[in-house]
Amino acid sequence: MSALEPTTPSAPQRAGWAWRPYALTLPALLLLVAVIGYPLLTIVLRSLSEPQWGLQNYAWFFGAPVNLTVLQRTFTISAWVTVVCVLCAYPYAYLMTAVGPRVRLVLVLCVLIPFWVSGVVRTLSWVILLQDSGVINSLLRSAGFDGVRLIRTQTGVVIGMAQVLLPFMILPLYSVMKGIDLRLVQAARSLGARPSRAFFTVYLPLSLPGVYAGAIIVFILALGFYITPALLGGPRSTMLSTLVQTQVLSLLQWGRGGAMGVVLLIATFVLLALAAPVMRSRYREAGRR
Amino acid sequence: MNPRAENRGAAIDLDTVSKAYGSFKALDGVSLRIEPGEFMTLLGPSGSGKTTTLNVIAGFTDVTSGQLLVGGKSVVGVPAHKRNIGVVFQHYALFPHMTVGRNVAYPLTLRGIAQDERKKRVAKALDMVKMGDFAHRYPSELSGGQQQRVALARAIVFDPPLLLMDEPLGALDKKLREWLQLEIKRIHRELGTTFVYVTHDQEEALVLSDRIAVFNRGCIEQVGTGRQLYDEPATLFVGRFIGDSTVLRGEAKSDGTGTALTVAGETVIAPRRLAGEVHPVMLLRPEKLAIRRPGQDAAGTNRLSGTIAEAIYLGSGSKYEVKLGDGSTAIVRSPLAGESFGLGEKVELCFDGADAKLLPDDSTADTTLT
Repeated sequence: MSALEPTTPSAPQRAGWAWRPYALTLPALLLLVAVIGYPLLTIVLRSLSEPQWGLQNYAWFFGAPVNLTVLQRTFTISAWVTVVCVLCAYPYAYLMTAVGPRVRLVLVLCVLIPFWVSGVVRTLSWVILLQDSGVINSLLRSAGFDGVRLIRTQTGVVIGMAQVLLPFMILPLYSVMKGIDLRLVQAARSLGARPSRAFFTVYLPLSLPGVYAGAIIVFILALGFYITPALLGGPRSTMLSTLVQTQVLSLLQWGRGGAMGVVLLIATFVLLALAAPVMRSRYREAGRR
Repeated sequence: MNPRAENRGAAIDLDTVSKAYGSFKALDGVSLRIEPGEFMTLLGPSGSGKTTTLNVIAGFTDVTSGQLLVGGKSVVGVPAHKRNIGVVFQHYALFPHMTVGRNVAYPLTLRGIAQDERKKRVAKALDMVKMGDFAHRYPSELSGGQQQRVALARAIVFDPPLLLMDEPLGALDKKLREWLQLEIKRIHRELGTTFVYVTHDQEEALVLSDRIAVFNRGCIEQVGTGRQLYDEPATLFVGRFIGDSTVLRGEAKSDGTGTALTVAGETVIAPRRLAGEVHPVMLLRPEKLAIRRPGQDAAGTNRLSGTIAEAIYLGSGSKYEVKLGDGSTAIVRSPLAGESFGLGEKVELCFDGADAKLLPDDSTADTTLT
């Protein structure tokens, strides 16, 4: 101990104050514990304890091939929905950064208005659009093409879910894209990059954090989708949530339903952990406006 | 000292280049020849057209009319990425997702240069700007001055015959700016490339340039060396923009022997006259004005009385702002050995009429200089 070491008489007081900012999160924290934490705990406990303590529910899940097929399909459909969302949202979000404030407002409203309409209503609209005698097929036939089967197929489910989830992709993408300094693209051009090269080497890498953020949100939300696949899908496009519903509400097998939920949760975490190294970007916010 | 490298620069010819945005003329018939290997500075206030000129040369902006030759070939309509011109921006424009090394290698990668050669040239360019130890850092880990040096390395690594710089030191503090000015001068000497440099800072222009083109309202007012612009300004705007100056305005009378100007009742005479029907003003550099207490013997032929409005000690001497009878301000520099004057003191300013530069009045100069 040196005599020159600064004394900090206010330190104990400060320590007392240090937790105060965290107190601001208390309402949210309480809500989280009450509506997420507690039910989650119950699900885990029930999956391990009903009808008796043990792993029998998990043994059942992994023992029945149909469950594994549905689990895999749930991930496949969610991945397709994510891909469709990225492809649709990327140019749209870019357009939002390129236009004036008025047009941008219109574009934002176009994203948000469907958001304000109930998911059930939107899904039922898709039934009308997609069904065999629906709008899309009528148009195709009147244009001289053969009709396509969309309703009760995986394609139909992906289309419907992508439409519902699109805003979750557009908004994070837009918020990242509007921060990209377009003068960097100009710099790339001056260094000899033709426009497409400048896009792929400069703009696209800088927009990836937005793609990742949107993709994670869309993918995770898609995993738990229930209404859309139930209404637009057929028996061959059942997703895990439908199986859970059957187990819990029709068969009253709360333990099995719980086990399915836990498996989905863990599988999601594993997938995110695998994806994390790819998504981690080393550069910080420098060079941005 | 390195001798000047062999001349590897491209000549630039701007021939009555105009650029209009609707009814606003950003460039109004600009003609300028830049010699191979020359350091040319485009100087002017903001909105004067200097950056537009740079963007036209770089290919970021199309011309509305006129011709632009780089190295003797027309580049009108040639896209930026095919012009092979290095550009350094005020905002650095380093790619934040690439290391310093990859940033500098970027133009070489685009040109399909093999990895060994690429590494060599990146190292050489980074050494030239003294950033050789930073190749593995990201731009966000560097200071502004370091980032700008990397940007400079990236702009010269592909050996362009022409380097454009748009206020590259504008975002840096004074000390760093002065040091980097000398670095840029050294690099220009070593490369032998044509440099076109945009700034609104006349001191920076004087330090760096072989020649300076002074821009005002989309036109070039004068092109010349720093000395030419200071000693022989072609317009009042140039005279006021380069260096300190005193402008005398008043009732003018001209005859065969010279011009007499009456400023608040006192008449001064210059042994020259302007041709044509223009209203003449006199422009005087601070070192051409002598300051003394009233009543003393005067050496100069002309004298004006005024009061000291501001006295600034500069170390090597003093600078005075003197309020003249008509309310205008004269700027005088006096050496340390001379007398000193206090605020509010009545003084007399003397000058030799031959040192007064007669210029046509240009009332726009006042508004554009603010």
